[in-house]
Amino acid sequence: MPQARVIPLYSDHGKHGDHGKAVMRRPEPRVRVPVEATDGLPGARVVPCPAPAEEAPRWELDGGQVNRSGWEEQLADLLAFLRRRLTGDYGVDEFGFDPDLTDHVVMAILWPLYERWFRVDAIGLSNVPDSGGALVVANHSGTLPIDGLMTMVALRRCHPAGRHLRALGADLVFSIPMIGSMSRKVGVTLACNPDAERLLNAGELVGVWPEGFKGVGKPFRERYKLQRFGRGGFVSAAMRTGVPIIPCSIVGAEEIYPMIADLKPLARLFGLPYFPVTPLFPLFGLLGAVPLPSKWYIEFGEPIRTDRYEPADADDPMLVFNVTDQVRETIQQTLYRLLSLRRNAFIG
Amino acid sequence: MTPKVVLVTGVSRFVGAHLASRLAADPEIDRVLGVDTLPPPRTLLRGMGRAEFVRADIRNPLIAKVIRGAEVDTVVHTSLSAHPAQSGGRVAMKEMNVIGSMQLLAACQRSPKVSRFVLKSTTAVYGCSPRDPAVFTESMAPKAMPSGGYAKDAAEIEGYVRGFGRCRPDVSVAVLRMANFVGPRIETSLTKYFSLPIVPTVLGYDARMQLLHSEDALAVLERACRSELSGVFNVGAQGVLLLSQAIRRAGRVELSVPGALVGPVSQFFRGTRLLDFTPDQMRFLNFGRVVDTERLRNEFGFTPRWTTVQAFDDFVQGRQLRPVIPAARVRAVERGVLAAARALR
Repeated sequence: MPQARVIPLYSDHGKHGDHGKAVMRRPEPRVRVPVEATDGLPGARVVPCPAPAEEAPRWELDGGQVNRSGWEEQLADLLAFLRRRLTGDYGVDEFGFDPDLTDHVVMAILWPLYERWFRVDAIGLSNVPDSGGALVVANHSGTLPIDGLMTMVALRRCHPAGRHLRALGADLVFSIPMIGSMSRKVGVTLACNPDAERLLNAGELVGVWPEGFKGVGKPFRERYKLQRFGRGGFVSAAMRTGVPIIPCSIVGAEEIYPMIADLKPLARLFGLPYFPVTPLFPLFGLLGAVPLPSKWYIEFGEPIRTDRYEPADADDPMLVFNVTDQVRETIQQTLYRLLSLRRNAFIG
Repeated sequence: MTPKVVLVTGVSRFVGAHLASRLAADPEIDRVLGVDTLPPPRTLLRGMGRAEFVRADIRNPLIAKVIRGAEVDTVVHTSLSAHPAQSGGRVAMKEMNVIGSMQLLAACQRSPKVSRFVLKSTTAVYGCSPRDPAVFTESMAPKAMPSGGYAKDAAEIEGYVRGFGRCRPDVSVAVLRMANFVGPRIETSLTKYFSLPIVPTVLGYDARMQLLHSEDALAVLERACRSELSGVFNVGAQGVLLLSQAIRRAGRVELSVPGALVGPVSQFFRGTRLLDFTPDQMRFLNFGRVVDTERLRNEFGFTPRWTTVQAFDDFVQGRQLRPVIPAARVRAVERGVLAAARALR
């Protein structure tokens, strides 16, 4: 009889030995547990998320309840921002990343979605270094790549160092008008080794979703089942630059647009990798663009070091496959663990 | 190494003429020969000093006689043309670019005195597409060979120059792939474009532009004449400007044209002779192009004096472009609103 695989529900065995009837130790969504108080639970550490007012730029699109001098200051900031935009007085890096626009507009729009709609719990943010290059590798799901945007928000607004995640995107993204130019402005660049290595060498935090379209466009019945992890290009990029790989597991994104069917002929017609049918799309038209309010968990795992390898090891396919599998397994196990802790996809 | 006799092609246009005058200003160089099919305009001729103009067509084998007769040791090929309208149509332009370069290289190959060849090429050889990496290094090849126009000519010429380098290993060959020029003095399709009060762009695209100040371009070419370094070098200024950002910096108004209307709109501008963009230049305005200049700075030993933003600002100030939306006005409005808010309190 083949041995059944044991999936650990908790990263600390023995402490919660009641595996038969799993005791839910859900991270409380509202009460943020400080790091010290979690008595060494590396898996389920909830890093306190600073209030948006402290971390975020001082003016917000939805900011209302502030005192008068604050209101005036916000107006001054808003006007200064508009002046910078009108006179072109802002910086853009060689990848087309526009931090001014990202912080003041994009993050301000995404924050309510992150905070109120998906109620994201970012776990293990301390595993992401405060400075220097690192490669965040995450699972991909949700029909539209909202998970990438939420990971960006988590790292920019909830990470103590407020890091910008430089995501790597498929080439299709850049050939779509509007989406392509906007993606570059929020820091996305083409998923290819030269770009990834250039960013990592410059000490940037790079995000990659190696499943690509296979992951984001998979049917709902295959939710939380990791697809093939690309060809391991991300591992060789990390090895060549010697940066740590941070496995990132995202739970909740699968439920935002449950894809019940894929209209292949229409996809071919529009030149898309898939044409989704969700409960709301295309039946209810634009209403289908509203994501379902699932409860999200984004967990950043223990970094996997690659600086022990020689740069030449990046050309050893077996080693690259092994590390790829290690990263994939880590993410899959974390997904199972987070799922077993979750009672309901929408309440959490 | 200081060259003795330099031959500069394309001397009746901005880069060739100014390079010839820079070289002519150096007393260590014995002779500077400028070659072109048309004599340089008076404004350019004035600065050229003791440089000699040879009216010759590089497509003609006569060029071999010039090179051999004057004992030319350094050839700078700057005559690549990007504008079909200026060179009398695309066929004539291709003829001039490709066949002219082949003849020139054949003449150089026959002449034993030639020891240095410098090609002014372009970053357009990398092409322009959404599938390209963000930054090109010299070792990267384009995803697809440029389909036509200037970029294809330049790529073909680079191929012939590589072949020449193999046949004559004693000649040091430098290929300079240059980014788009801007500057207060130079007139290119890009500077004409930004001089329009309302600048048409394609809706939904925003190019990353890397520019090069024309003075930096001349300095690099001059330095290439004096050095013996072989190889391919990307030449571009530090930093990037987005197309929309550049339009705002120049105080222009951006008019985004939906993709379906791009054809008629560009037809209109071609008709009014305000603008004439070739398809590969249009692609540049959609996707842009950035090259890595580490080899230029470390191996070639040249750091451009102007960054992309500085070069663009110098162009705007030097041309005294009257902004449609002046930055001072924007600042005044900002101050006015703030004062009003304070009064309300």
